[in-house]
Amino acid sequence: MDGYYAWMLMATAMVLMMTTPALALFYGGMARAKSVLNMMMMSYVALGVVGLVFILWGWSAMMGPSDLGGIIANPFSLFGLRGVEPGSFVGVCFQMTFAVITAALISGAIADRVKLSAWVVFLPIWITLSYLPIAHMVWGGGFIAEHFPAQDYAGGTVVHINAGVAGGVLALIIGKRIGFGKEPMKPHNLTLTMIGAGLLWFGWYGFNVGSIVFAAGDGGAKDTAQFMTETGVTFLNTTVATMAAMLAWLLVENLLHGKATSLGAASGIVSGLVAITPAAGAVDLVGAIVIGMVSGAACAYAVGLKYRFGLDDSFDVVGVHLVGGIVGTVLIGFLSSSKAPGGVDGLFYGGGLTSLGHQLGAVAVAIVWSAFFTAIIGFAIKYTIGWRISEEEEIEGIDFAEHGEAAYDLHATSAARGLGGPALVGSGALSPKAPVGAEPSNNIKEGDQS
Amino acid sequence: MKLVTAVIKPHKWEDVRSALEGFGLTGMTVSEVSGYGRQKGHTEVYRGAEYDIALVPKVKLEIVVDDMDVDAVADLIVKAAQTGRIGDGKVWISPIDGVIRVRTGDRDESAI
Repeated sequence: MDGYYAWMLMATAMVLMMTTPALALFYGGMARAKSVLNMMMMSYVALGVVGLVFILWGWSAMMGPSDLGGIIANPFSLFGLRGVEPGSFVGVCFQMTFAVITAALISGAIADRVKLSAWVVFLPIWITLSYLPIAHMVWGGGFIAEHFPAQDYAGGTVVHINAGVAGGVLALIIGKRIGFGKEPMKPHNLTLTMIGAGLLWFGWYGFNVGSIVFAAGDGGAKDTAQFMTETGVTFLNTTVATMAAMLAWLLVENLLHGKATSLGAASGIVSGLVAITPAAGAVDLVGAIVIGMVSGAACAYAVGLKYRFGLDDSFDVVGVHLVGGIVGTVLIGFLSSSKAPGGVDGLFYGGGLTSLGHQLGAVAVAIVWSAFFTAIIGFAIKYTIGWRISEEEEIEGIDFAEHGEAAYDLHATSAARGLGGPALVGSGALSPKAPVGAEPSNNIKEGDQS
Repeated sequence: MKLVTAVIKPHKWEDVRSALEGFGLTGMTVSEVSGYGRQKGHTEVYRGAEYDIALVPKVKLEIVVDDMDVDAVADLIVKAAQTGRIGDGKVWISPIDGVIRVRTGDRDESAI
């Protein structure tokens, strides 16, 4: 199975790329110019914090040997990967990238207004109390796997429903951005969002196709045969569902608003990828196209609802990830085919209601679990260190308030101040040799740029 | 001396510039501005949210000219910038008390 090992090296790096930079670009483009850096930083910081947490105790809590009541495995039995063979490290890192992107997805719901410190405190607690238990319950042989053996190929419940619920709950607890629903908060750079969506699609092949689990596990001929057929099905399903979702989104918004937009295409891509995530190994070609179409259309409609509820889920983590995750996970109950690798017939394929029941059960447990623990953590942070930057800082822009930076420096007057003008305080490595206050043009000479 | 200020559609600025160059005008100040008049703004839709964008992008030209050239310059701008549709912009003319060329210190007519 050298081929499988080589593929997993690649797939793991591809899923890592989904968070940084793909998701950071996707969300960053939708942010306003004054908060794009913070939006991207939330993904980058999630990578650092969640990545280390997962390596230290996440793997142990998700897949470790000692199960605690079907909820979670003992986080200390494999703490720091003690006793884990190097041959398993790529598998550990693959799962790590899933935890990272799940946490990073939440940031889109709470854009422009959250202290970096609150986010850094939230991440390890949420991963430990919400992500790792659900991952263990679905993939680690825990409660959901035992009582509702649902098909969740790559994380419809664990990743997308979980992140979607958490995003919605946090947006509710943290509250709206100043001016939400009154002043325009339009995306500042949709080219970034289009690039991000394209990179997400590319990385998602690692996410879905890399999620193959071997039935025989003999490392020999049976595994090879499964690898050579199942990856084809999951790759194809991921592809066609995403195409159908993008077109469905464009069609719906064209009907509702008279225009097919680039943001709609980017969003449709993600809605299709989300929905096919649990179903990649469960359905045939027709099922994949239907799931994509339904998800694209449903999400395109759902993203408009937040204004009615006054919920500032800024970049539609609920509307895309929760809705798309539910669509994909539940439709498996109807469209699952025994000819697909999952080997289960859904309602439309003569399998009766069993599969649908399992899928609904898994969805319900994931929603309740994620909502409950996200709410506890959300309120705990709200009433201790607090979530939000000050009103003044939010209006001025979180990039400057939290990071001391501006994403864009397009004006000659503000750009010039960076070199030797009165704005230069302190003596960083970038400070020019010329005295403060000298003409900017005198500060850079040929051969004097080190 | 007069200051001719014109706010026009961005895509007409090249036409205006070549018309004024043909007239022999040697310079102007151009800035990208936004605003609205009777045209009002327009509507943009992002994920189902419709935004009324009040401000429309325009290009503003500022040209200081001799009194005798004012009408010709203003007419050229209007002719070149006209599409006949709403939102073509405005041209206005105001008096100038003095002009100084920074490089030489020349004043008034010789500084234009």
